[in-house]
Amino acid sequence: MPLLKNGQFIDDLWFEVEALDHVPADTPLLVSLEQWRQHRDALSQHVVPLGLRLANDQSPELVAEDLRHFTLIALDFPKFTDGRSYSYARILRERYGFEGEVRATGNILRDQLALLQRCGFDAFVVPDRAESEGWVAAFTEISVIFQPAADTYSSRREAVRQRPERTRARALRIISSDTVAARWAY
Amino acid sequence: MYHYNNADHQLIAERVEQFGSQVQRRLNNELSEEEFKPLRLMNGLYLQLHAYMLRVAIPYGTLSSDQLRKLAVIAQRYDRGYGHFTTRQNIQYNWLELEDVPDILVELAEVEMHAIQTSGNCIRNVTADPLAGVAADEIEDARVFAEIVRQWSTLHPEFSFLPRKFKIAVSAAENDRVLLRSHDIALRLHRNDVGETGFEVMAGGGQGRTPVLAPTIREFLPQADLLSYLEAVLRVYNQLGRRDNIYKARIKILVMETGAEAFAAKVEEEWARIKDGALFLPEADIARIKADFAPPIYDDLDDTDPALAADLAKNPNFARWVRSNVDTHKQPGYGIATISLKPPGGIPGDVTAEQMEKIAAIADHFGFGEIRVTQKQNLVLPSVRKRDLYAVWLELDEIDLAAGNAGLLTDIVACPGLDYCNLANARSIPIAQRLSERFHDLEEQHDIGEITLNISGCINACAQHHTANIGILGVDKKGTEHYQITLGGRADGGDAIGTIIGPAFTAKEVDGAVDTIINVYLDQRQDGETFIAAIGRLGLEPFKEKLYAAA
Repeated sequence: MPLLKNGQFIDDLWFEVEALDHVPADTPLLVSLEQWRQHRDALSQHVVPLGLRLANDQSPELVAEDLRHFTLIALDFPKFTDGRSYSYARILRERYGFEGEVRATGNILRDQLALLQRCGFDAFVVPDRAESEGWVAAFTEISVIFQPAADTYSSRREAVRQRPERTRARALRIISSDTVAARWAY
Repeated sequence: MYHYNNADHQLIAERVEQFGSQVQRRLNNELSEEEFKPLRLMNGLYLQLHAYMLRVAIPYGTLSSDQLRKLAVIAQRYDRGYGHFTTRQNIQYNWLELEDVPDILVELAEVEMHAIQTSGNCIRNVTADPLAGVAADEIEDARVFAEIVRQWSTLHPEFSFLPRKFKIAVSAAENDRVLLRSHDIALRLHRNDVGETGFEVMAGGGQGRTPVLAPTIREFLPQADLLSYLEAVLRVYNQLGRRDNIYKARIKILVMETGAEAFAAKVEEEWARIKDGALFLPEADIARIKADFAPPIYDDLDDTDPALAADLAKNPNFARWVRSNVDTHKQPGYGIATISLKPPGGIPGDVTAEQMEKIAAIADHFGFGEIRVTQKQNLVLPSVRKRDLYAVWLELDEIDLAAGNAGLLTDIVACPGLDYCNLANARSIPIAQRLSERFHDLEEQHDIGEITLNISGCINACAQHHTANIGILGVDKKGTEHYQITLGGRADGGDAIGTIIGPAFTAKEVDGAVDTIINVYLDQRQDGETFIAAIGRLGLEPFKEKLYAAA
């Protein structure tokens, strides 16, 4: 299935493994939380980028201390109606300041892309029909936002601290003609 | 009155276009019904027994006369000439074609209206005290905070796929007119010991098959922290609310299973992390919204009006209407007039297009062009000069909406029931109509006095029968409609869930049973004792005895 990132459909270079005994040494590796817990010492020595898959009932709080090991966190949607991972993504971005890729996998709809992106997702595993059905357009159908979220959050905490009045002024009714562009900049 | 800014206009326009394309994709089968369902629900579109139903949002129940006229046009053009006002201050159209819905949304947008978040597992259209801004007993205008909540919750990216629907209500007055404790979150503005105003926050209330009165999870929340605290509650619920069983998915179950104190502690923990962040509400922002709700320019009047006194003396029906339907206004010389949508034998909450047109005209002529929708499925003209009350009443009489029964026995709240709804077990409307006919005598109703009677067609309890003094619940008993009666529910500050009185009655028996209950009260009441106070004193036994004596 294609990966939608920065408005492009691209190939997924990440390698998911069922067993860790024959892992290609030069491929970015995507592991489950269970695998990470079992093989933490060995995996943290891994030289290529490491990614973590979290299920819909696995909060990032469970790996808060280990996030520095990962350049990608994949949050799963077994069913598009299960919205827990929207909160997980914001927690990753805003509470932990995670700056790597946050990827949505599983059952996601075209009409959810913009919401997911606002929560901090910046990559989406989408069905093959997504390109022909013009899913990219879904990001810009609604250009107005009414509340701060991960996309208006500055991960440069120092800057936020120095300009509290500016961030605070954003609580209500934000027109996002400029933030639409900013969203892509993740 | 609040008017849209550019952001609102742009959102509605884009949303209309987006929904139009979603409908197209559904009609082309690009979207399955299962995938389309949450999308249409978030735009207020249900599939009912006979047709599509569209629920139009009326944020905090405030309407302008132009908006009401547009609602009339839609009723006429796309429906069967009427609309139905709901207990959540919205309006529903029951007979629509799917293909027409995008056009209806375009028409609504012309008057700054929409159907966003009137359904679905998201933060629903926020409700507030229908008398906000004019009631003599208010501390501040609740609409200001309801509007702030509306803005924050509109298309909230994190909370659009919650475990279940989520309803927020705001009150800022002494008296509760919004059923605070029946909400997922209720905000009650009050003044603390040092004179600051802030919110008591209640969470985890609800009706349905598990009626719960929301416990207080915070006694005093400063206004500046309103949004960050709400976000913390929702974030805890979104992560921990049950998703394994639709009947256990509301926040009330999470609060009950966790315990109110432990739940509050989880909220406080998350809130501590975000309270000084981007959701902090500076006073200047609140003041800006307050300015949007500035009162109209009232005349400088004496509070007593000689013309009104004369009118009261010459027409007893008008006098009764003033007694039951006119509330005390904060501005001298003005009154708050409730238009009862419960005429004798009528369908609670239903209004025809002609009636809407006429009400809009009355509002323009006598009431600053403003109309409110109440949780009791009535309309309100919030500011009428006392000297104009008689003229208003005469005009309402021309459209059969001059009944002086607000807050009385035939001011019945009823859900659409089995006549429309595919969840219902029994019809509600015919029962409401029969009761309304049987007890139509106004002199008798005024003698019975203050009472609430609500009828739900199934245990989802859309008509909030659990917290009515007399609650009637439709149940299916071996394929026939039966009605269970509860007594003693209340939502007037002394909140309580009603108790089932005994075995259910058939449709034919139910109005006789209500008659028996009323007679027990009339026989045994003491001086000035209301129905609910008498139940408190007498208990249920005397009622049971009479109701089931023959059996």
